[in-house]
Amino acid sequence: MLNAIVYALPFLTTGLFVTLIVSLLTVSLSLVLGGLLGLVLVYGPTPLRWLVRGFSDIVRGIPILVLIFFVYYALPVAGLNLQPFNAAVLALTVFKTAQVIENVRGAIGSIPRGQMDAAKAIGLTFPARLTYVIAPQAVRRFLPPWINGVTDAVKGSALVSLLGVSDLMHSIQQVIGRTYDALPLYVLGALFYFAINYTLSMLSRRLELRYSYIRE
Amino acid sequence: MAAPSPSAGSAPLLHLSGIEKSFGSVHVLRGVDLEVARGQVVTIIGPSGSGKTTLLRCVNFLESYDAGSILIDGKEVGYRDLARRRVRSERDLARIRAETGMVFQMFNLFPHLTAAENVMLGLRKVRGKSLREAREIASHWLGRVGLGDKLDRLPSQLSGGQQQRVGIARAVAMDPKILLLDEITSALDPELVGEVLDVVLALADEGMTMLVVTHEIAFAREVSTEIVFMSEGIIDTQGSPSALFEDGHGSDRFRSFLSRFETHRRR
Repeated sequence: MLNAIVYALPFLTTGLFVTLIVSLLTVSLSLVLGGLLGLVLVYGPTPLRWLVRGFSDIVRGIPILVLIFFVYYALPVAGLNLQPFNAAVLALTVFKTAQVIENVRGAIGSIPRGQMDAAKAIGLTFPARLTYVIAPQAVRRFLPPWINGVTDAVKGSALVSLLGVSDLMHSIQQVIGRTYDALPLYVLGALFYFAINYTLSMLSRRLELRYSYIRE
Repeated sequence: MAAPSPSAGSAPLLHLSGIEKSFGSVHVLRGVDLEVARGQVVTIIGPSGSGKTTLLRCVNFLESYDAGSILIDGKEVGYRDLARRRVRSERDLARIRAETGMVFQMFNLFPHLTAAENVMLGLRKVRGKSLREAREIASHWLGRVGLGDKLDRLPSQLSGGQQQRVGIARAVAMDPKILLLDEITSALDPELVGEVLDVVLALADEGMTMLVVTHEIAFAREVSTEIVFMSEGIIDTQGSPSALFEDGHGSDRFRSFLSRFETHRRR
């Protein structure tokens, strides 16, 4: 078993790299998009709010796999032909954006209304209220569920192998295709994913501590 | 210093006329007229649900009002076009709100900022003071409310009474034209009420103009130049503390409201 793992490792490094790139792109793009749309959902004018609400509800009601196939196989019908890698990143980003929107809404929604009142009362404009009063409090509430979601994104990225993107999962399957020895490879793959996500969890705990201002 | 007399020439600092407000089908304010002159302390009392807090929140436009006008120093607070009820821009509202200070029932301190930073935020970002200047003003006012040794404490490390005194310092440090106090002792343990009211009394003595909503009748009697009794969205009775408490003026409804406090105290 150890031999099989040592043999497979070099083949997997490229895949691991692709998985990390897909995850990183998905997470950062969705953070920006979801952050903006989340603000629109909370503070935007009603029609825009409904649009974001609709987007989020629909996307969260669809399995990621269906979303990935939809972007890759259905969008070409509408004239949008994407490379597997781009299609995969787009689908995962859309999925993750919907989650981030809800994370933002939850984080801001749990801040007492009086905070906004007090910030208004001292004469802060809307951007200043967001920057100095709402955001610092919201970030702390946003982080734990968001980082949970980041690990989801890393795990979900394994689905892009189904479009033929040579990520970690795809490389594992290719090696199995050559050696017909599935068990050690899947164990190795699981370890890789676990290592990434465990690192993220530890990081999240560090961040939470850093942003907790209610010190005991 | 003589109390400023409301003469024909000098307009009151705060002038409310015909204020109406509904929440859905509930008509909370049904036409309120009220004037507060410079240096006056006007206290609004009344049963819960009478619209006191809503009225106070209209004064710095934390609530919009459906009809009527609110003038501070002759300038309409919430609307740039009263007839069409066009709300002022965010920037204008912020500028106007900076001229009023407000202290809240639930304190509403910013939990991620220390006592001094709570006071400094408006000074820095609204008044544009330097860090050093803001720190000096914050330390002055926190000293005035008896918290000179708690500058760097977070709100969670302070008692309710201390938090509310930070709330007062945060409001007065902005040098507002008028201070709005919204039931500022209602969330406090009884033994902490005194320390907060003492601060308010001292401010009143210095001539700070205030509009106060409170359930503390004895305090209202002591601090006010004018007492307003609201009931069901209108001003039912209005007069000086001596007229209302010593000479027995006021509507039957007001007398029966007061008697509830009297019987309560006797028990």
